Amino acid sequence: MARSEANLAARGYTFGELMVAAAAREIGDGELVFVGMRLPMLALLVARRTHAPGAVGLFENGVLRETPSTELLYTMGDPPNLRGATQCGAMLDVMGLLQQGRVDVGFLGAAEVDRFGSLNTTWGYRNKEMQRLPGSGGACDIACLARRTVVLLAHDRARLCDRVSHVTSPGFGSGEGWRRAQGLPPASGPSSIITTLGVLRFGHDGEAFLASVHPGISVEEVFANTGWTLRVADELMETEPPSDAELRVMRELDPNHFWTR
Amino acid sequence: MTAESKLLTMRDAIARHVPSGSIVLLGAQLEQMIPFAAGHELIRQSRRDLTLVGPISDILFDQPVGAGCISRVMSAWVGNVSAGVGYCFRRAVERGIPRRLEVVDYSNFTMALALHAGALGVPFLPTYATLGSDLLKKNRNLRDFSSPVSEEKLVAVRALRPDVAILHVQRSDAQGNAHIWGSLGVAVDGARAARKVIVVAEEIVEPSVIASDPNRTLIPAFLVAAVVHEPGGAHPSPVQGYCGRDHAFFTEYHEQTRRLEDFEYWLARWVVQVTDRTEYWKHLDASRVEALAVKEHAFSAPADFGC
Repeated sequence: MARSEANLAARGYTFGELMVAAAAREIGDGELVFVGMRLPMLALLVARRTHAPGAVGLFENGVLRETPSTELLYTMGDPPNLRGATQCGAMLDVMGLLQQGRVDVGFLGAAEVDRFGSLNTTWGYRNKEMQRLPGSGGACDIACLARRTVVLLAHDRARLCDRVSHVTSPGFGSGEGWRRAQGLPPASGPSSIITTLGVLRFGHDGEAFLASVHPGISVEEVFANTGWTLRVADELMETEPPSDAELRVMRELDPNHFWTR
Repeated sequence: MTAESKLLTMRDAIARHVPSGSIVLLGAQLEQMIPFAAGHELIRQSRRDLTLVGPISDILFDQPVGAGCISRVMSAWVGNVSAGVGYCFRRAVERGIPRRLEVVDYSNFTMALALHAGALGVPFLPTYATLGSDLLKKNRNLRDFSSPVSEEKLVAVRALRPDVAILHVQRSDAQGNAHIWGSLGVAVDGARAARKVIVVAEEIVEPSVIASDPNRTLIPAFLVAAVVHEPGGAHPSPVQGYCGRDHAFFTEYHEQTRRLEDFEYWLARWVVQVTDRTEYWKHLDASRVEALAVKEHAFSAPADFGC
């Protein structure tokens, strides 16, 4: 929090805003997007108001939206997310689109992500004790079936681990060919992991590598906070900071940095 | 001839139709229209060994688990949607407090397919979802198999038939023909898959109102065993067109149930020592009640069924 405030003062944006901007850029114009809550929802709004005006949002409760809600949402079922929606169907309707391969990108959070992009939201460990977490929700479905999956989480050594202890949502498993062997659709799988320190992408072998570091973050800091020996892109980039246009949209909907600390 | 009214009080509906040991579907519409009033009545009537079924029931699963009514949960997600984990759920799974809880983990899609299979009357439905996951390894109602019509591996999701589905709706007639709009989730399949349905309605209307818009009749009366007129029965979850979401209530629940003794105090205050939903609403501050009211109505354009 303190660090985030320092970042806001020094650079003019928070880590949360940087993550939302990075997430928004994962959305192409005209794409069908399976939106989670919080940061991804803001990312869709930013994308629609900047480079991807034709992106369409899908929600697990059956809601399809072409225009953003006018209020900050706490859950996808909040009344402002249904008012003005394009379609309110059943869960199976949106899950069917996902299984058909029509959903271009799905956003997920996680307690843990591993070097092959598999996620755990079922069991956590703290002080060596097992902690029961809420579970999959729609995360496993999105990870199995969306054409691309983007993961957002805080960069922490315990959370970016070599192998997750429980595969709630499969990534590339043990590497190249694993998804195909499981029977998962060929055009599917993790595309990027956006953290508080940088952006990871995936090689053809299914292993994550560091593609960009956020402004002011060193590669050493990323290594120190990653639970495996992280590979680095041949041409490591600096994550593009949020533009004025992107920040304007975020702050219209989240002026007090409720979601974007 | 007028069909017989199925109107019951919540107390009588639960007493008659949800015995201990039942498999109960709650929270079919995800974060909207969660039947909290029914859940609280299950706790007051000390049900035991219930199986709860539902994709995401927000904190409605946490409360009867904490009260010791539940022996099994079949669900995709159990917690507090806007605030985080459910502490009663954690205590039960991790430490068997107040009693041991079996958890059968689904994903949202596989839960929806299980109910759809129940609604279609087939033993299973196929999907690619959960291939490669530990859900497939651990949930015996998900089994991989080779497709008989293509060279593919698929997952068979076993049909689920709850004993009773409790569904909060906007309006129903006294026989149980119900209109739902907005967040549908798995409500339609849930009603058809269940052996009986309890409809909890914001408003009871004449059958002519239901028949004026038959596309919106998502539950036909012949599926329904009881109709409960319980305005505000979904609080703190929202009901489109009737009540907003009480975000602060979820945050307060999170803060006030972290320790076991705090949950017990919460349960006494909001459930056990409350006789019914009318009294429950009296516990809410006037300013809070006012803030939940619909600020600006947004009626759909009428559809012409004329001929």
